[in-house]
Amino acid sequence: MKEVTLQIVSQTRVARDVYRMILAGDTTAVTAAGQFINIKLDGLYLRRPISVCDWEPEELTIIYKVVGKGTAQMAALPDGTELSVLTGLGNGYDLGKSGSRPLLIGGGVGVPPLYLAAKLLQNEGKTVTAVLGFNTAEDVFYADEFRALGVRTLVTTADGSVGTRGFVTDALADVGDYSYVFTCGPEPMLKAVYGAVNTDGQFSFEERMGCGFGACMGCTCKTKYGNKRICTDGPVLYKEEIVW
Amino acid sequence: MVNTKVTLCGIPLDNPVIPASGTFGYGAEFAALYDINCLGTFSFKGTTRAPRFGNPTPRIAECTDGMLNSVGLQNPGVEAVLADILPQMATYFRKPVMANVSGFSVGEYAETCAMLDASPQIGWLEVNISCPNVHGGGMSFGTDPAMAAEVTRRVKAVTTKPVLMKLSPNVTNIVEIAKACEDAGADGLSLINTIQGMRIDLRRRKPVLANTFGGLSGPAILPVALRMVYQVYEAVKIPIVGMGGVSTAEDVVEMMLAGAAAVQIGAVNLVNPFAGRDIVNDLPAVMEKYGIQNLSDCIGGAH
Repeated sequence: MKEVTLQIVSQTRVARDVYRMILAGDTTAVTAAGQFINIKLDGLYLRRPISVCDWEPEELTIIYKVVGKGTAQMAALPDGTELSVLTGLGNGYDLGKSGSRPLLIGGGVGVPPLYLAAKLLQNEGKTVTAVLGFNTAEDVFYADEFRALGVRTLVTTADGSVGTRGFVTDALADVGDYSYVFTCGPEPMLKAVYGAVNTDGQFSFEERMGCGFGACMGCTCKTKYGNKRICTDGPVLYKEEIVW
Repeated sequence: MVNTKVTLCGIPLDNPVIPASGTFGYGAEFAALYDINCLGTFSFKGTTRAPRFGNPTPRIAECTDGMLNSVGLQNPGVEAVLADILPQMATYFRKPVMANVSGFSVGEYAETCAMLDASPQIGWLEVNISCPNVHGGGMSFGTDPAMAAEVTRRVKAVTTKPVLMKLSPNVTNIVEIAKACEDAGADGLSLINTIQGMRIDLRRRKPVLANTFGGLSGPAILPVALRMVYQVYEAVKIPIVGMGGVSTAEDVVEMMLAGAAAVQIGAVNLVNPFAGRDIVNDLPAVMEKYGIQNLSDCIGGAH
């Protein structure tokens, strides 16, 4: 973990209430896809934890949905704003377990951390498939960016307005063989994925956090291997250790 | 050169800055960021006789200038603290540390304290009779003067280490509880613990916290903490560790002027992980600004 000052390079609306923020500065503490950063905002006491969508030397991309006061405030920040950010939080995905045909399953704002995972897996020459689930057409984002990486990308929407009608699990029949699963999304989706996939995998969880770096015990969950803090021992848990 | 040294129950501290229990874990996360030996000491995560998972999540909610928590005393139990955590802590913290203890019966408090008494790393026992987030323990001991006194007596009987009783603000008259603890032999008092509160989610129309209520901390509670430290200082002779919303070196001095011999910093550690180091570094300049040569001279200075 590092405390750094990052500057907003740009903000773009990528779907209804969903924004991409590109940040410039010291990003050296980010070491894995699936990690997150924790952003301090003026006038709000706790930092806002947001997953890392993409990483370059000196540059980070995050994608967030406006759901409350903090994210609404973020969306209104002008380019050039400097933010106090804790970077390199969480364990992230261990991509070394992917096998040759990894499957990525993302739901809503669970999609962003899978983008960096997809990019790194593609670079390693894996045959990557992604299933991205949303509620409706105007919520869909980043399907084209996944495709631009060369990832076979299937989209599902709950109302059928784009791609397969239904949930991410409804697209699994079209995926074919896969060697391993990396997933991130709302807990009901993770639970459905857990029951539907036939390989091992890594699941990224969300929880309300106090600090984001393991001090407050605000985000603890039970696993088969004991209590784990979502912020530091997670957010990524192995399928075999998850207790629902 | 100003002098930041203070003494707490006979044990010297380089400065009065002490991260509060529950906001600093066992120090390891912070020791990875800076040398935590710059602190006066710290109070480690509340320890109970048996391991505890704590409350269901969500355990955290935000509010204006502060936060609510309902962690519920998650800890691995005193045996694991003694066998695993304290030996590890010795690799990154070389000062006497403060052990925070909680319990669900008078006997449990005494048993846990007796076990911790064996550790030479522990300087003080801070006995939490004020946790608002557990049922049938914690705060129920701190809201009745007779019970508070009984816990104090039983703990004092099993340890030679200084015993600080950590008091709840969720009482009608904190002075009465403070005096009961002093009369029962407490070596010092820590106050305040968090103030019980809640938030409600408008979308779900339900409490945000799974435990419904939680403890409010952060700058929002500083005035309440100052008032209570000020009141208790007038009524007791034993030293007070003041806490509640302290976030800056100025707040530390303010808390000492109210009557605190040492000062804990809590929620701020979670927002700024370097807060302890920053406050220690800022203290000399703040002392100079307000004409304070020896920090210990300003204890109770507002009375």
